Amino acid sequence: MAAQQHEKYYVPASSPWPIVGAVALGLIAFGAGHTVIESKNQVDGWGTTVLFTGLAILVVMLFGWFRDQINESMSGLYSNQLSASYRQGMSWFIFSEVMFFAAFFGALFYARVIAVEWLGGASNNAMTNEVLWPHFEAMWPLTETPGGTTTQAMGWMGLPLYNTIILIVSSFTCHFAHVGLEKGNRTQLKVWLGITIVLGCIFLYLQGAEYVHAYQDLGLKLDSGVYGNTFYLLTGFHGMHVTLGTLMLIVMFFRVMKGHFTHDNHFAFQATSWYWHFVDVVWVCLFIFVYIL
Amino acid sequence: MRTRLIAALTAAMPFAASAQSQLNLTQGVTEISNRVYDLHMTILYICIVIGIVVFGAMFWSMIAHRKSRGHKPATFHENVKVEILWTVIPFLILIGMAIPATSTLIAMEDTSESDVTVLVTGSQWKWHYRYFEHDVEYFSLLATRPDQINNKLPKGTNYLLEVDRPLVIPTGKKVRFLITSDDVIHSWWVPDFAVKKDANPGFINEAWTKVDEPGIYRGQCAELCGKDHGYMPIVVIAKEPAEYEAWITAQETAQREAKEEEQRLLAMSMSEAELMELGERVYLGNCAACHQPNGQGIPGVFPSLVGTEMVTNDINGHIDIVLYGKQGTSMQAFGNMLTLREIAAVVTYERNAWGNNTGELIQAADVNARTKN
Amino acid sequence: MSSAAGTMDHHDHDHHHHAPSGITRWLFTTNHKDIGSMYLWFSFIMFLLGGSMALVIRAELFQPGLQLVDPHFFNQMTTVHGLIMVFGAVMPAFTGLANWMVPMMIGAPDMALPRMNNWSFWILPFAFAILLASLFMEGGGPAFGWTFYAPLSTTYSSDSTALFVFSVHIMGISSIMGAINVIVTIMNMRAPGMTYMKMPLFVWTWFITAFLLIAVMPVLAGAVTMVLTDKYFGTSFFDAAGGGDPVMFQHIFWFFGHPEVYIMILPSFGIVSAIIPAFSRKPLFGYASMVYATAAIAGLSFLVWAHHMFTTGMPVAAALFFMYCTMLISVPTGVKVFNWVATMWRGSISFETPMLFALAFVILFTIGGFSGLMLAITPVDFQYHDTYFVVAHFHYVLVSGAIFSIMAAAYYWLPKWTGHMYNETLAKWHFWCSLISVNVLFFPMHFVGLAGMPRRIPDYALQFADINQIVSIGAFAFGLSQLIFLAVVVKCVRGGEKAPAKPWEGATGLEWTVPSPAPYHTFDTPPEVK
Ligand code: HEA
Ligand code: HEA
Ligand code: HEC
Ligand code: CUA
Ligand SMILES: [Cu+2]
Repeated sequence: MAAQQHEKYYVPASSPWPIVGAVALGLIAFGAGHTVIESKNQVDGWGTTVLFTGLAILVVMLFGWFRDQINESMSGLYSNQLSASYRQGMSWFIFSEVMFFAAFFGALFYARVIAVEWLGGASNNAMTNEVLWPHFEAMWPLTETPGGTTTQAMGWMGLPLYNTIILIVSSFTCHFAHVGLEKGNRTQLKVWLGITIVLGCIFLYLQGAEYVHAYQDLGLKLDSGVYGNTFYLLTGFHGMHVTLGTLMLIVMFFRVMKGHFTHDNHFAFQATSWYWHFVDVVWVCLFIFVYIL
Repeated sequence: MRTRLIAALTAAMPFAASAQSQLNLTQGVTEISNRVYDLHMTILYICIVIGIVVFGAMFWSMIAHRKSRGHKPATFHENVKVEILWTVIPFLILIGMAIPATSTLIAMEDTSESDVTVLVTGSQWKWHYRYFEHDVEYFSLLATRPDQINNKLPKGTNYLLEVDRPLVIPTGKKVRFLITSDDVIHSWWVPDFAVKKDANPGFINEAWTKVDEPGIYRGQCAELCGKDHGYMPIVVIAKEPAEYEAWITAQETAQREAKEEEQRLLAMSMSEAELMELGERVYLGNCAACHQPNGQGIPGVFPSLVGTEMVTNDINGHIDIVLYGKQGTSMQAFGNMLTLREIAAVVTYERNAWGNNTGELIQAADVNARTKN
Repeated sequence: MSSAAGTMDHHDHDHHHHAPSGITRWLFTTNHKDIGSMYLWFSFIMFLLGGSMALVIRAELFQPGLQLVDPHFFNQMTTVHGLIMVFGAVMPAFTGLANWMVPMMIGAPDMALPRMNNWSFWILPFAFAILLASLFMEGGGPAFGWTFYAPLSTTYSSDSTALFVFSVHIMGISSIMGAINVIVTIMNMRAPGMTYMKMPLFVWTWFITAFLLIAVMPVLAGAVTMVLTDKYFGTSFFDAAGGGDPVMFQHIFWFFGHPEVYIMILPSFGIVSAIIPAFSRKPLFGYASMVYATAAIAGLSFLVWAHHMFTTGMPVAAALFFMYCTMLISVPTGVKVFNWVATMWRGSISFETPMLFALAFVILFTIGGFSGLMLAITPVDFQYHDTYFVVAHFHYVLVSGAIFSIMAAAYYWLPKWTGHMYNETLAKWHFWCSLISVNVLFFPMHFVGLAGMPRRIPDYALQFADINQIVSIGAFAFGLSQLIFLAVVVKCVRGGEKAPAKPWEGATGLEWTVPSPAPYHTFDTPPEVK
């Protein structure tokens, strides 16, 4: 255990960034809430202003906090214990993200295996179908809802398949970059990292194109019933994570350019790469459960 | 305040004996409800016995092994045998409870081979009953006067547990309830039958009962369903089969005649006084829960009806929203709940009350013109 | 978060032996004790606030009829009372205790991620400010119960729901970060020789609680997100017309919600497992089985969620499965209760206030557990469900359970925190007043519940009147009793008899090896644990 290694403990100095972060999150929550309410009531208000102020403060906070951390890391002594704490912290954070996606996958399975089937009269719900939804037949993808909204299903061939390949490849390129870093081969690191970023961007672009296709050609919209709901929320949240991951990779790229990281001290890079792999795994699940099955 | 406090304290002392307060679960009037009651008592006694043993041991050490008595502490801190014992014994006790629980549950869920089927639909905040085998359906609303709720009148014995039109079922027959909702989740609960089933919008749940004793049984909505969740009682009257048959036939006839009568009355117009008088009655009975007796609504939840564009200008829109409601809001369709005359009256009332002096009179025929059949 | 191996900033280090002063001390702090204190004060304020809302509820229910508030406002009070007590009072109190005690108990200088720690805390005031602000919006705040069942919380809720959603989001972020911090601290910061099976039970129970938190808070975030999109963006997760199901909401919510109730009790088990041995002057009976039992409870808690939903109409097989699993939880919980009793057995027991609260905890929690077991029996739950019997159940486990254990912890560790002994006489007054009033408050609720009074109603039928009066009197008495607690704590912080390093004869653990009050950084160098 790490316990043996520390003769003396390290305690970080106090810092203004957490409270700045708290203010930022507070403003974001308050602003986002009001933005949503205002858009629903179609009135103008200050919600968005507050929201963007909060986001701006959050960005400032992230820069400030990370700058402090980087300075400490670059100038200070290396502590195995702290580094282990960060690693573990990051893994548990990723676990919490897994559970967040689990909620939506859960909704997908429930809707598909239970809700839609029951509406179609399965289990002890014969009367549900007979009395309330006599014209409804259970099916998946739910191209016609009990309420009568129709849509077309999104196939897995074409864009989604390309995207899957792109993301899986990017996981490998990210890994090659990591290997390069560990071997101290910085050219390998830069090249593979660069390629990973490009792949991430292509993925996002194609995802956008797919949404346009879904809206314009298939009539598959956010409000076209539970099939569309789970489709957009799952792919949407995944897309947000890819965006975040790509941004993190870009930051890493700049830091690599500035000469940061050594073969045995590169927690930030490792965290980013874990995150990227996690995003990739989520996509594979998505591809299987949302698109293929 | 003082007298109230004293009253409360005196009520507190013999509260176990207080005439009205029932302290235990009802035994109910069906075979199932009795089984449930027995199960309840069994678990209760088991828990009490375990409680006596555990708390007894605790109090024993608190008294006997006190420091102030000079008791010297022992040092033991493990004993695999007793630990296994007190894992296994509770487990066996649980099995003992699970067996009757399982069989009761299975009996409760078996809705097959019923004699009568009633579709029960909850909506904010009333119940609707439709007899499957007959052409009979009606709404059942709270009958307690608002003045009693607002402490302006003394409260009657069945305060909050009385409705205008109770559900009527036959005794000795298996009655199946198909339970659903038009808006939020409600829950149809009659303690005497041990039936509580959620009314989920868009789905139908089934429950059943077989009542042996004729009588009046009261229950309440048991799922938070918004503002007036506390004002959504259920009253069921169980009648001898013959009486029930007579009742249902009479209802069938009455409802058919009412429909015919309504068509006949279409040609007749009502006077302003008639319209306003009926309209106010309908309004207070059906609309005031949300839009409030003064028409002001509750800002942000239920809109005001005073001086709005629709209520002052748009007659058709106004009639439509009352007839068909508005999807995705708690403004429900009143078309099948109120008669054409009543809708005409309530619309007239709204357009002329609270300073909305449009002076327009709406007649049943105007409403009929907006219906889609 | 970012790449940062620690700096061994000696200069900085020396400066932190005494606490910095001024407001920035609290705003910028990375010190686990400061943050712990802030959590504890915050939670106490929330307790008073949530309690005041409970008093509004009880005042309205003093008599049948509508006297004080309208039903819509009553529902907001019920909802916000539940939310504040759960997320604002109990959870932050436990996090505060963890912050104070976990590093001390495992021989660490601080939490593993001190800055994130500060961030987790400071999110909370903002989150609750937003929640409370929504009460003042047009249409009022959340009025759909703390369980916010769809579609009452979607289509039929007031405009302010979005604020509720986002405030829950940031509360969740705070809890998750807090939990990550606890886990990492425990896994990584233990003093040499402090193996897992030597950790005090409070550390163990928090360790397991933290796993529960990380596993279920994100699910809650998912649930509120779906509520948000259903209400504002036209999705139909919980709308049958679009192929969704309102009951699906309940599954997702309770998948979070049931582990959540154990999040609110497991740390209590740890506290009581520290206090009972200390005042029985005898080692805890069955340490290992305590650990396994805690883990078993946590594990089972993921398999029982639908016992809150027996009346929603699930297939019989599912109902049976959930009933059996729920009943099973009694076994490991029983093991704990029996172990506590066995610890007391043939001890040398004294009755200082922490012990009194701990004993009351064991008895009253067990009563709450029994009613829980009764609720688990599906066919009978049909009668109990959504009545005051349920309300009685969960207040027994939450108020005379979680809250009592928190009070016990506060009395137990106050000398260590402040360096002063609290006033024992006043504390005993607090205990006896609380004990009596809490039972006057919650015990009769069982009776009205059984007699058929539904929960979440502002007005009730006449046969429930007597008991509701008693309950309301108990509520005000219990509320007033808590003011004694406030007085004891304030007096103790201000001064009082100096506390020795180990004020309790039978107490064990690293926290008692350092002076009282504990130095700003407890351990500069790791202590050796034999
Ligand atoms: C700290 C919080 C806490 C704790 C610890 C518990 C513990 C338990 N709860 Fe409770 N519960 C809540 C908080 C809690 N609950 C809340 C907040 C709600 C309502 C939510 C809402 O709707 O708003 C609720 C509701 C609730 C319901 C739903 C009721 C309904 O709505 O219809 C059920 C049903 O099964 C239940 C069961 C249990 C069980 C079986 C336990 C068990 O863990 C108890 C185990 C303990 C014991 C049994 C006692 C000790 C054991 C022994 C001495 C051994 C021997 C005993 C035997 C073999 C009998 N609870
Ligand atoms: C840990 C959680 C917790 C705690 C500590 C409490 C504490 C209390 N609860 Fe709570 N309660 C819940 C969790 C909790 N509750 C939950 C989850 C619900 C369900 C919500 C829902 O249905 O959605 C609920 C619901 C609930 C109801 C049911 C409401 C309904 O169904 O409509 C009632 C009714 O009596 C109630 C009462 C009380 C009382 C009197 C206290 C007391 O213990 C409070 C004591 C504290 C004080 C009173 C404040 C301190 C004192 C002062 C501020 C000084 C002033 C005092 C005086 C002038 C006297 N609670
Ligand atoms: C359960 C609550 C509820 C009840 C009962 C109710 N309403 Fe409404 N009503 C609403 C809500 C909510 C709206 C707003 C709908 C919307 O969002 O447009 C509304 C809107 C209206 C409007 C349109 C107001 C405007 O200016 O846009 C009229 C008219 C109306 N209701 C009449 C009635 C009448 C007549 C009754 C009784 C027969 C009634 N309502 C009963 C909830 C209710
Ligand atoms: Cu309907 Cu509660
Ligand atoms: Cu539970």
